[in-house]
Amino acid sequence: MAFSLRKSKYVIYNNLKTRMGLFGITKNRSCWTSSPTHHHSTPIAAPFVQTFRNTCASFRNTGTLFSARRFESIKAGKQVLDFPGGMVAFTSEMSFISESPKERAHCYRVLDDNGQPIIHQNIVNEEVSITMYAHMVTLQIMDTIFYEAQRQGRISFYLTTNGEEAINIASAAALTIDDLIFPQYREPGVLLWRGFTLQEFANQCFGNKADYGKGRQMPIHYGSNKHNYFTISSTIATQLPHAVGAAYSLKMEKKDACVVTYFGDGGSSEGDFHAALNFAAVMEVPVIFICRNNGWAISTPTSDQFRSDGVVVKGKAYGVRSIRVDGNDALAIYNAVHAAREMAISEHRPILIEALAYRVGHHSTSDDSTKYRPANEIEFWRTSRDPVTRFRKWIESNGWWSGEAESELRSSVRKELLHAIQFAEKVEKPSISNIFTDVYDIPPLNLCEQEISLRETIKRYPEDYPPNVPV
Amino acid sequence: MASSLRRYGRRAVSMCRTRKPAFSTSCDDTSLLPQSGTSINLFSAINQALHIALETDSRAYVFGEDVSFGGVFRCTTGLADRFGKHRVFNTPLCEQGIVGFGVGLAAMGNRAIAEIQFADYIYPAFDQIVNEAAKFRYRSGNQFNCGGLTIRAPYGAVGHGGHYHSQSPEAFFCHVPGIKVVIPRSPQQAKGLLLSCIRDSNPIVFFEPKWLYRLAVEEVPEHDYMLPLSEAEVIREGSDITLVGWGAQLSIMEEACLDAEKDGISCELIDLKTLIPWDKETVEASVRKTGRLLISHEAPVTGGFGAEISASIVERCFLRLEAPVARICGLDTPFPLVFETFYLPTKNKILDAIKSTVNY
Repeated sequence: MAFSLRKSKYVIYNNLKTRMGLFGITKNRSCWTSSPTHHHSTPIAAPFVQTFRNTCASFRNTGTLFSARRFESIKAGKQVLDFPGGMVAFTSEMSFISESPKERAHCYRVLDDNGQPIIHQNIVNEEVSITMYAHMVTLQIMDTIFYEAQRQGRISFYLTTNGEEAINIASAAALTIDDLIFPQYREPGVLLWRGFTLQEFANQCFGNKADYGKGRQMPIHYGSNKHNYFTISSTIATQLPHAVGAAYSLKMEKKDACVVTYFGDGGSSEGDFHAALNFAAVMEVPVIFICRNNGWAISTPTSDQFRSDGVVVKGKAYGVRSIRVDGNDALAIYNAVHAAREMAISEHRPILIEALAYRVGHHSTSDDSTKYRPANEIEFWRTSRDPVTRFRKWIESNGWWSGEAESELRSSVRKELLHAIQFAEKVEKPSISNIFTDVYDIPPLNLCEQEISLRETIKRYPEDYPPNVPV
Repeated sequence: MASSLRRYGRRAVSMCRTRKPAFSTSCDDTSLLPQSGTSINLFSAINQALHIALETDSRAYVFGEDVSFGGVFRCTTGLADRFGKHRVFNTPLCEQGIVGFGVGLAAMGNRAIAEIQFADYIYPAFDQIVNEAAKFRYRSGNQFNCGGLTIRAPYGAVGHGGHYHSQSPEAFFCHVPGIKVVIPRSPQQAKGLLLSCIRDSNPIVFFEPKWLYRLAVEEVPEHDYMLPLSEAEVIREGSDITLVGWGAQLSIMEEACLDAEKDGISCELIDLKTLIPWDKETVEASVRKTGRLLISHEAPVTGGFGAEISASIVERCFLRLEAPVARICGLDTPFPLVFETFYLPTKNKILDAIKSTVNY
C-alpha cells in the first residue's frame, strides 16, 4: 500500500509539473516579446520604427536574396531549424515583423458605386437577382415597420439591419438550406431568405403563443429548426465555437453542407472569436465565419476596438483562409460566400470573410447613435453607399426591374407586414406553464413545486400579473 | 509505510485507514449490480465508462486538453487507439473553446464528452456553460438542445495542489438552471453516474474527486450500467444526526461517523451525488428522523452549496430541528498550499460539530 501511495503522489506531482510547465513557458515567452509600451513611439523613436518597417518590407520583397541566404544556410547545415510546423530559416538580420502592412488588405467588389459591374462574370441569374432584391427590400420594410411598432410601444425592443441588407441576403442566397446558420442578431435576412414568414417574425417580436421561443426571449431573438437557423442569444461571439463543433459533426457525417456563423467587428475582440478560429483551423472543419464589420459596436468605433487592419488579417494568424469583401455589394458577397462554401466543404477548411459595411441604424431601439457619431456620416452611408440602391441600379440596368415592379413590391410587403403585426398582436401570450418547461427535458421537482406556489400566488393576487398571459 | 503516509498528512492516513467502508458503494446499490467486476481505482472506472460510452454510441466524442495520449490523470488512456483520433482528440488549450465546441457538437445530436483538465480552469468556459449550454433548450423553446454535452473536470484537494489545483467550484454551477451537477464518491459510483450523465438529455458538469483517482479502489462491474441522477443515497444509517456531503468529502465524514459512534452518537450519512436538481426528499426524510443536520464540503463555507441545503431543510423541517444546522466546510480563503490541512473540513472539525449539534 505504501508503494502504491508513493506512486500515486509521484504521478500527480508529475501531472502538476506538466501543467505548471505550460505556465513556465508562457512566462519565458513574454521575455522575448517587446513591451506593449513600444506601441506609443516617441517622436525620437518614430524614424527608428519607420526604418524597421522598411526593413521588413525589403526583407519580404527580396525573394532572391532570401533564397540565396537560405541556400547558404542549408549548405552550412546548421542555419535551418527543423521545428514543429516546418523548416524555419535562421537569419542574422534582426528584423521584427511589422505590426501594420504597407497597404491595407484589398476589398473584393463586383459592382461599383453606381451598380455597374467592374468585371463581367456573374453567376447570379435574373431570377435569383430579382429574388435577392425583393428580399432586401422586404428586410428594409420589415425594419422600418417593426422599428415604428417599438416606438409606438407595441413591442419592447427592436434592432435594424439597415446598411447590411446585402450581407444578409446575398450570403444567404449563396448557401443551401442544408447549411447551418449560427447567427448573431443582425442577420434576420438569412432567415427571411430561407422562408421564415413575416408572420413568424411578428410572432417572435410580440412573444405570442405562436412564437417558437415561447415568449421567453426579447424581440429579434429568432430561431427555427426547420430552417437550420439556431436560436439567437444576446451574448456576443458565443455562437462561433458552436459553429465549429457543429461543423465537426457535419465533417464526421460526411455531409455536403457547411456551417455559417455571423458576428460583428466588436465580436472579434471576444475570446470566443479567437477560440473558434483556432479550433476551426486545427480541427479542419467546414465553417464560414462572416464578420460584418459595420464600424460600430454600439458606440465603440473600430479604432477603439482593434489596431489590426480590420478583422480579415486575423485569419492568417490562425491559419484560416480569408477574404475582405465590399459589404455593400451584394454580388461580391454572393460570389465570395459561394466560393467559400465550395472550399469549406470540399477541402474541409474554415474560411473567414470580412464584409465592410456601415451600421446605418442605431445599435438598437435603446440607442441614439447621433450622441457618438456625426449625423452627416450616417447620412452619407445611407444615401451614397446604400447596398439596396446599388443592387437596384444593377438589376435595372439589366432591364430586370422597373419602377412599377418596385412600387408593387413595396406596397404588397407593407400590406402583408401590417397584417402580420395586427394578427400577432391579437394572438394570446404563451401560458405560464411555459415558464417551467424546457429548463430541463423533464421539469424536476423544485420547478414543479415552484409552479404550484406561483399559481397559488396568482390566485390570491391576480391584479399583480399581466391579464393577457393565460395562467 | 508510516513515513510515506505521513507525507499525505492526517487526511490521507485516516482515509487509508478507513478506506474500505469509506469508498465502497452501499449494499443497496451493489445488490443491483452483478459482482463480476474487478477491483479498480477511480480513474480506471472513469476510463471504463468512457470506453463503454464510445463503444455503445458511434456519435460519442471525447475531447479536451491532452486527452489523446490518455490525459494527465490517465482517464482517457487507450481511447484514441481504440476509437480513432477523430472521436478522441486533443483540443487547443482553451476552455471556452472546448465547451463552446462541445455545445455545437452536442446541438447536432452527438454525445460530446469534454474534459476540462482541472476544475480550477473551468472559469474561462463559465459563459459558455451558464449562458449557452444551460439556456440552449429553454431559449429556443425546445427547438434545439445540447443535452448530449457532459463536461468532466477533476476537482478538490489533492494534498499539494495549492490555489489552482484544488478548488471545488460546484456551487457556481448549482446556481444555473438548465445544467445538472454530479459528483461521484467512488469508482463504482463514478462509472455508473458518468454513463448516466453522458446519456442524459441535459448538459451536465461532472466533477471527479481527483484525490480519489488512485486512492479509491473498489470492485466495479465490468458491464455497462447506469446509476440514477437526482437520487441521493443513505450510505450509512443512523438516528441522532444526518450528515450530507458528496465526492471525496464523504470519506472524511464517514470517519467522523465512526468516531462519533464510539461516543454513542448514531450518524446517518447521505451522499447527495447530484447537486442540482437535488434530492431534497431523501435529506428531508432523514432529518425528520434524526432532527439534526450537518453539511460538509471542501468549498468555502460562504455561498457554498451547503447553505442552500441548510436553508431548504430549515424551511421544511423547522419544527423538527433540535439544533441549528451545522456547516463544516472550507475556509473563506483561497485554497492555501502549506495550510491545506488547516483549510480543510477535517474529521475532527466534523466530529466536534456532530457532538455540539447533538448536545445543543
